[in-house]
Amino acid sequence: MKKLTNLLLIISIITVTFLSACKPKNLNNAVSGDAAAKAYVAPGKYDEYYNFVSGGFSGQMSVYGLPSGRLLRVIPVFSVDPEKGYGYSEETKPMLNTSHGIVPWDDLHHPELSQTNGEIDGRWIFGNANNTPRVARIDLKTFRTSEIIELPNSAGNHSSPFITENTEYVIAGTRFSVPGDDENGDVPISTYKKNFKGYISFISVGKEDGKMDIAFQLQCPGINFDLSHAGKGKSHGWFFFSCYNTEQANTLLEVNASQRDKDFIMAVNWKKAEEYLKAGKGRKQAVKYAHNYYNETTHTAVSEIRNEVTILDTKELKDICYFIPCPKSPHGCDVDPTGEYIVGSGKLAALIPVFSFDKIQKAIADKAYEGEYDGIPVIKYDAALYGEVKKPGLGPLHTEFDGKGNAYTSFFVSSEVVKWNIKDLKVLDRVPTFYSVGHLCIPGGDSRKPSPKYLIAYNKITKDRYLPTGPELAQSAQLYDISGDKMQLILDFPTIGEPHYAQAVAADVIKNNSVKFFKIDENANKYVSKGEGTTKVVREGNKVHIYMTAIRSHFSPDNIEGVRLGDEVYFHVTNLEQDWDVPHGFAVKGAVNAELLIMPGETQTLKWTPDRVGMFPMYCTDFCSALHQEMQGYLRVSPAGSNVPLTFSTGTNMPKEEAATK
Amino acid sequence: MKKILAFCILSAFISACGGKSSTTDQPASSEETTEKTAEGNPSYDPNRGTGKFTKVDINPTLDATMAENGSKIFAVKCGSCHKLTEEKLVGPGWKGVTSRHSAEWIMNFITNTDEMLNKDPKAQAQLEICLVRMPNQNLSDDDARALYEYMRKNDGVK
Repeated sequence: MKKLTNLLLIISIITVTFLSACKPKNLNNAVSGDAAAKAYVAPGKYDEYYNFVSGGFSGQMSVYGLPSGRLLRVIPVFSVDPEKGYGYSEETKPMLNTSHGIVPWDDLHHPELSQTNGEIDGRWIFGNANNTPRVARIDLKTFRTSEIIELPNSAGNHSSPFITENTEYVIAGTRFSVPGDDENGDVPISTYKKNFKGYISFISVGKEDGKMDIAFQLQCPGINFDLSHAGKGKSHGWFFFSCYNTEQANTLLEVNASQRDKDFIMAVNWKKAEEYLKAGKGRKQAVKYAHNYYNETTHTAVSEIRNEVTILDTKELKDICYFIPCPKSPHGCDVDPTGEYIVGSGKLAALIPVFSFDKIQKAIADKAYEGEYDGIPVIKYDAALYGEVKKPGLGPLHTEFDGKGNAYTSFFVSSEVVKWNIKDLKVLDRVPTFYSVGHLCIPGGDSRKPSPKYLIAYNKITKDRYLPTGPELAQSAQLYDISGDKMQLILDFPTIGEPHYAQAVAADVIKNNSVKFFKIDENANKYVSKGEGTTKVVREGNKVHIYMTAIRSHFSPDNIEGVRLGDEVYFHVTNLEQDWDVPHGFAVKGAVNAELLIMPGETQTLKWTPDRVGMFPMYCTDFCSALHQEMQGYLRVSPAGSNVPLTFSTGTNMPKEEAATK
Repeated sequence: MKKILAFCILSAFISACGGKSSTTDQPASSEETTEKTAEGNPSYDPNRGTGKFTKVDINPTLDATMAENGSKIFAVKCGSCHKLTEEKLVGPGWKGVTSRHSAEWIMNFITNTDEMLNKDPKAQAQLEICLVRMPNQNLSDDDARALYEYMRKNDGVK
């Protein structure tokens, strides 16, 4: 018996030893340990977070996994993408339509994930087009752009597309003030102060389908609106915008818009605006803007031009807008998870002002104003101020939050991230970035519920960080572990285009909703072929419609004759596959547009105009099976007026002698 | 006693580190599942194959409505690669398929294609002839049953 007791003792010692050996390293070890291990995700394993990063002047949005920094997908949004046929297929062309016609490029700065009760719900992500003002909604079931709405009265859609805490509205504030779209814009530029106005769009978002519509626009003084964030929790119902160029300069803004010691944060009571709208105080304005929607059943986008928008004039309609002085051309305008603190970041400032929502409310009740700016009350700085973070660094830009009472601010001029406590405004930690950091991102860092494990800094300059690639260098993201007291750099990776803002969310919120293929039975494309038996080639005057199917590994039809010079040919290709990860590609020689990349169950159309008589091969571009290289066909083009009959087939167009022996 | 000790140490090992392998909810790779039930495993019934269909009740006479439904599914999801004759196109011709395989085997194969191609001896033998893995066309159970009825019709069941 004693022997047994001893034995049990030994066993338990061994067990304890093993248990502790396999436990994760404690915090001290982890901080001083190998950073690579923290960013390592083994082959075949999923990342913990999705990271949606703006593509800046690429016009697209990229999706990375965190902590690995692996690029998972580039979602085409505002720029054409020949790799995916986006903007080239007949079905997707309307997505890029605007009041100016098809615009094939834009500049996407800010992704923003949809929220419910101030928490990321993983349904959609929005993005802004900076140049030709638009807002896009991307569906996170398909990771594709579902909808794009153009914004009238706007120019340089920069303080966008930030959302209210239940995604009631997506907001889009103009960067450039301009004369209204219904006014004569043919005026001297130097009449800025008289003729230019700033417009802020409130775009409503359908609760179920996410569909966007401009609910109203606020007409504001002619200044520049830069960034914005919604109030949350106690400040839900309010929106905050950073404003610069309150000097109203129209030339050499670098100097002329940096004259005043303070510009403004504009606080907007949008619930009040809704009341005015309901009471019919809005003015209908004749405008022209495009609304584009991609239908996942017809696999086709439709663009319509809309002609009216409702304007609320914030100079006449009191109590919607208030200005709060904010030092030195504020850029970032960030609201903490409680909704109480609003952080303004002056690009040229050496301090960070933190405003209090409660104090702003009291200042408005007490009319603690220092005057008016173009009809809008200006709250006294001290009446709105909670406090200032002293000497945090040079050139504060953007702030994210960890939900544990701390804020993280990027400093462009001094290339660093500074962690500070919101309550006592004391600096807690600082780390360098390489180099010239712009935006920051913490998963959920601008929501009510951050997930503060990582912080990513998006840098404008990489200089000596990577192997040289000629004059143009990639920009970068840097990943910091912020789970401890001190921030620790664990990874840096290059990004596409120029990364501005980014969003991140736990993978679980999104990954299980991913569509794997489109059900062929539900395909309602006008030109679908549901099965090879329905494929055909139809001539309508000089238009030739080829109803084609693709399945591993052949097209049907794959021999087409009787097309003539002068014809317009439409390849309507249906992918008959019904399994995940089996797209087929389609390319035809001499196509001046792009390829098609057709998802399982989908139909896409490539327009092709032959420019010469001859033989034109076509083939599948996306490696699909062992016999992918056999997935090909021919189209014969005859001269105009030729009497070659229109024929099409798969597998039966044999030489006469062979056909006879079969 | 030594045996018990060894066992206990082993258990300690497993309980100490066992959590690691089950922390992921990603699907297990097909190789892992193959090992468990590969050819030679006495529990494997090659006439039934692997999949959810264990026993399918078949009437001696044809269900014409079901067969008609099956012919529609064939046109969309099967006809690109299979002929109704004995002639092989991409995959084997369908003539006689209901006498070559049981209803359960066919329905398991067309609904659980990847696993069948990975482990079923008859499916693998066929793959060696055709060299193209049949795509999973995501057929519902009813679709599979309807297709089987259409195969029976094609094989002359009235």
